[in-house]
Amino acid sequence: MTTKLKPVDVVVIGVGVTGTILAQELAAAGLRVVGIERGQMRDTYPDFQMPNAHDELRYQHRHELMQDLSRETLTFRNNRGETALPMRYLGSFKPGEGVGGAGVHWGTQNWRFSPWDFETRGRTIARYGKNHLAEDCTSQDWGVTYNELEPHFDRFERVYATCGKAGNLNGKIIAGGNPYEGPRSHEFPLPPMKTPYAAALFADAAKSLGYRPFPVPVSTPSQTYTNPYGVTLNACVYCGYCEGFACEMASKASPQTTVLPVLMANKNFELRTLANVVKINLDETKRRAVSVTYVDSRGREFEQPAELVLLTSYVFNNVRLMLHSGIGKPYDPLANTGVVGRNYAYQTPSSVTLFYEDKYFNSFMGAGGLGMAVDDFNGDNFDHGGLGFIGGGFIKSVSSGARPIEIRPVPSGTPRWGAAWKKATAHYFNRNFGIALQGACQSYRGNYLDLDPTYRDAYGLPLLRMTFDRHDNEHKMSQYITAKAAEIGKAANPSKMNVNPRAGHYTIVPYQSTHNTGGAVMGNDPATSAVNRYLQSWDVPNLFVIGASAFPQNGGYNPTNTVGALTYWALDAIRNRYLKNPGALA
Amino acid sequence: MGKSTDRRWFLKSVAAVGAAVPAAGLAADSPHHGHDGPAARAGAAGGKPQPQVYCWLTEPEQAFIEAAVARLIPADELGPGAKEAGVSYFIDQQLAGTYGTMARNYRQGPWPEGTPQQGYQSKLMPQEVYRAAIPEINAYCSARYGKAFDALPPVQQDEVLGDLETGKAPLESVRSGFFFGLLLNNTMEGFFADPVYGGNRDKIGWKMVGFPGVAAAYGEFIDKHNVPYLAEPVSIADVQQRLVGVDEHGHPLHLRLAQKD
Repeated sequence: MTTKLKPVDVVVIGVGVTGTILAQELAAAGLRVVGIERGQMRDTYPDFQMPNAHDELRYQHRHELMQDLSRETLTFRNNRGETALPMRYLGSFKPGEGVGGAGVHWGTQNWRFSPWDFETRGRTIARYGKNHLAEDCTSQDWGVTYNELEPHFDRFERVYATCGKAGNLNGKIIAGGNPYEGPRSHEFPLPPMKTPYAAALFADAAKSLGYRPFPVPVSTPSQTYTNPYGVTLNACVYCGYCEGFACEMASKASPQTTVLPVLMANKNFELRTLANVVKINLDETKRRAVSVTYVDSRGREFEQPAELVLLTSYVFNNVRLMLHSGIGKPYDPLANTGVVGRNYAYQTPSSVTLFYEDKYFNSFMGAGGLGMAVDDFNGDNFDHGGLGFIGGGFIKSVSSGARPIEIRPVPSGTPRWGAAWKKATAHYFNRNFGIALQGACQSYRGNYLDLDPTYRDAYGLPLLRMTFDRHDNEHKMSQYITAKAAEIGKAANPSKMNVNPRAGHYTIVPYQSTHNTGGAVMGNDPATSAVNRYLQSWDVPNLFVIGASAFPQNGGYNPTNTVGALTYWALDAIRNRYLKNPGALA
Repeated sequence: MGKSTDRRWFLKSVAAVGAAVPAAGLAADSPHHGHDGPAARAGAAGGKPQPQVYCWLTEPEQAFIEAAVARLIPADELGPGAKEAGVSYFIDQQLAGTYGTMARNYRQGPWPEGTPQQGYQSKLMPQEVYRAAIPEINAYCSARYGKAFDALPPVQQDEVLGDLETGKAPLESVRSGFFFGLLLNNTMEGFFADPVYGGNRDKIGWKMVGFPGVAAAYGEFIDKHNVPYLAEPVSIADVQQRLVGVDEHGHPLHLRLAQKD
């Protein structure tokens, strides 16, 4: 039995980074907004307080801030010939659960995707010809350009207290910033953070090879900062418990520290937690969403009617709810038709680890994105002619804080246990640093999301099924750029060095990045995109699907800033065009 | 093992990573400790003794795990190992609780073994894995050496662990490499997790690597390059029991240790 509730103007499904911003802006515009969140309310006080905030086992290894897989997970296989099996433990990626979503435990690197990323297909063909793309590569242009998104990147960086140094201000290249970035309209809202030892060594080594290092853009404020919503964030103290953890001192930018304080005070907004949306209901034309159905913590089912539905959960649930609700044509990889589930992509991270005998790094200190990077081997910043791949990734040294259950590298060849392991671990824990590469990932016909035929969630609904592997393009790219990182590493004179390009089948076991993308991608062609360039469903115009689910393929950067920019871009279209004339936006 | 022995281990351990520590009264120098002196800090987790009882493991399981973790992280000239750090008690508590019963993990079948890329696919929860695998390993040891694992000399224990790691010692209930990986992972967790979970007694693991535990505010230190920050590690219990002072956000004020030349 379903209880039908009083209609509201807007229902927001998932109260994380995107959901809080949209709810705040639309509630402030006078609309009545209900936010529905499957997890609990949680906030700096009392949930994230010291000393328990610094509990590595609880947060990083028992995943307290992250998705409870006992209720819902996904299934995974490398290719269509295998049987997908459930992800029983979190590993490769760590979606959030609860108010704030993954925005509570993110590592705060706040990169902009480059202009090339938004026009991957068009620019590749223009520069290298059509044969440079693999036959089954489905990477495409986004339907929106960097220049169109620029004001929205700028806005998100201001809301999310971002530190950095501009490398391109209105077309003028600025020393000390990233010379390859798209033009910025303004300098970063906050200056860069302090430079740890590892990043200084990395930057010197990179410069010695002619590269141009710059501070990683990061949303852990270098100074006390008040954002455009009037919310104040404390200056970061470099405690080293950032990604995987919640911030104990309201410093790290998150929904809790940037938007929620004003949103929760707005009488037009109502938050409903422990409420799991299981379906978006359509009218008989299947062209209009009339309500959402959710189940609360007592098992009661409710129907919440709304004029506008904003699907703002993580990538997987955005796609899954569309499939469960019959919105958009499911992707068929054999026929290469349909759009929902199409162009799932991920990333291709790799690393180089440097070991020293005489240098001490205090590896336990840091902040999620604290460090320096070079962008010389990202996107199309270098000539790919004859290389046999497209894309690349940034190369960085970041001191995010080594907690010893997780981060205690030893030189290659060291046993995994016993006296030799112990000796190497005791010696190198504070005498190593890593160079990490955020390799991009293209989209392919064989990589997609659909509904699993066997496994179900706690509500009896089919789990999402992921079919994914990295292709030759990704492996060649990883070999090439990781070798470049190893050259930088060698220039920093370590006594030993591990070089680990990404190779072999994708595995769901070790952590790689929570940068899953696609499945409800944006574009200008309804035959190859689930949402239009404003992230509005082609089939159901009063539904917007917002998040990294809209990325047609993944770039060589952390995705959050681009998700934030798309959120403000979609908001602009909703507030200034859709609400005045509800219907399909041309 | 008595406390005085632990202390000797501890001193050797710290010396090995380049720190010199006053032999007693670690807390006494700080103005923030008030009435809590060194005696209060001598307890395993800083004042409050850690439980040294098993709540879930059977006697043969206790004996196996104590012996196995003592080989995975042995006591040696660098300091005490996993057994001395109470890792077997950590594993006991973990197996009895939400971890051992997969409370936050997907448990529905069917359970085909799948590919390595698909991860954990056992029908068994971690506590069931230990319960099923340990008798099988002891049977393997008996057949090969005539004794249970814990009664073997260290060299043969290392052989058996190596055989589990490489799959040379096949198990029936789970793949042997799978069990070994679980045991090794849980051992590392117990050696390096906060002492509140029963392992890392006396912060043995943290002292071994030079990790200060609950973090201080490092803003004034992060850009001091190649200057070791050596501190007496702080646990969650130390802060909760006010054995260290804290700043306005609750970060402990670390007691810094002098650097040894």
